[in-house]
Amino acid sequence: MIAKAKTANDVAPLGGGTNLVVEMRASGVGPATLVSVGQLAGLRGITIADGTVTIGAATTVSDILRDPRMKQVAAVLVESADVFAGQMIRNTATVAGNICCGSPAADLVPPLLALGASVTLRSGSGERTVPLDGYFTGYKTSVRKPDELLTAISWPVPTAKSASRFYKLGRRRGDAITMVGVSVFVSLKDGVCDTVRIALGAVGPCVMRSKKAEAVMQGKAPSADLIAKAAQAATAESTPIDDIRASGEYRKEQVQVLVQRLLTQSLESLS
Amino acid sequence: MTNRKTLKMTVNDTVRNVEVATNETLLETLRRVGAVEVKCGCEKGDCGACAVLLDGMAVDSCLTLTHTVGTRAITTIKGLGTAEAPHPLQTAFAELGAAQCGYCTPGMIIATQSMLTHDTATPDENDIRHGLSGNLCRCTGYTKIYDAVLEGAKAMRETEAAK
Repeated sequence: MIAKAKTANDVAPLGGGTNLVVEMRASGVGPATLVSVGQLAGLRGITIADGTVTIGAATTVSDILRDPRMKQVAAVLVESADVFAGQMIRNTATVAGNICCGSPAADLVPPLLALGASVTLRSGSGERTVPLDGYFTGYKTSVRKPDELLTAISWPVPTAKSASRFYKLGRRRGDAITMVGVSVFVSLKDGVCDTVRIALGAVGPCVMRSKKAEAVMQGKAPSADLIAKAAQAATAESTPIDDIRASGEYRKEQVQVLVQRLLTQSLESLS
Repeated sequence: MTNRKTLKMTVNDTVRNVEVATNETLLETLRRVGAVEVKCGCEKGDCGACAVLLDGMAVDSCLTLTHTVGTRAITTIKGLGTAEAPHPLQTAFAELGAAQCGYCTPGMIIATQSMLTHDTATPDENDIRHGLSGNLCRCTGYTKIYDAVLEGAKAMRETEAAK
């Protein structure tokens, strides 16, 4: 049915339903047909092979927390899953659902961007893998076509010379929607920053990488001054709105604070 | 487009056939068939009053479309224990005064049972806060709830050890 969909209004895949069901019931509108994929056993599970971690689309947030291997291969994703909503939501919500809803405040997306994840999209005519960086095209829009199903998310196992952090700024530790979510990844090679990824949530129409902040760090020896400059660049690149949870001005300030803090912590853990 | 279809559902070990609309939530279905021990709170997954177990895993029934339940066994608070034969968690909640108005209690106990089964049988305060992060008590009696969870978990371990 998904393979025959012409528009997102015809058919939509339903993961755990923790977002889509609420939205549809609140607004009274939504796709004419939902195809429940959250219970497909073949789409659920975590495999680690050939230096790549692959998680099936129907893998839940709790699945991530309950797999002891994840702390080794995606500690930053575990950090985020740990502060994700409440237990019942974590038991139900799927990783793919968190991506596909396209919310700028989606908690799993910044760490997945930091890890350099890609997503696999399958349609009736084949399969393609696209980087999560560039997947979102705007507020709740993405490159996924209506006839495509997101089937898996994968990323390379981080090397020993890398570190990553996530922080969710919310009103409470549990059961809160993110005001600002930041995740960073940094790897060192010969004393200089090799790969740097800085992902920002809830400060733009979609979760985004701050390429300008990354460029500040890339190829340079890390220092407090460099980190401060990267944090400034990230703040300058963010375009938050004022809403019920926080003002745009406050969010911008917090981007500076959090990028600086997480980069510092990551680099300290490597020294 | 709303269709109705008869589903075979297992609620607290009783199999029944229920006609269910495709857009109906499990909360609506359960209360319609008389399982009113499942409470309706926020209906958006914030409060946890409607929590039930699906094959032993706690979910918010207000977010679960009944048609997606499939063959999974549904357990409500009544399925865990009764007044005559209470579950150790129910006993602990009652004895330690962990309920004021009682509206959140079924969800609290269901979430606790799921946490003890899937996460840890020996929870500390942090585990309890994490496990009950999706359950709100608006009488704000959280301290006694934590005490009851600790006590109930201990009783469950002792029961298990005595077997």
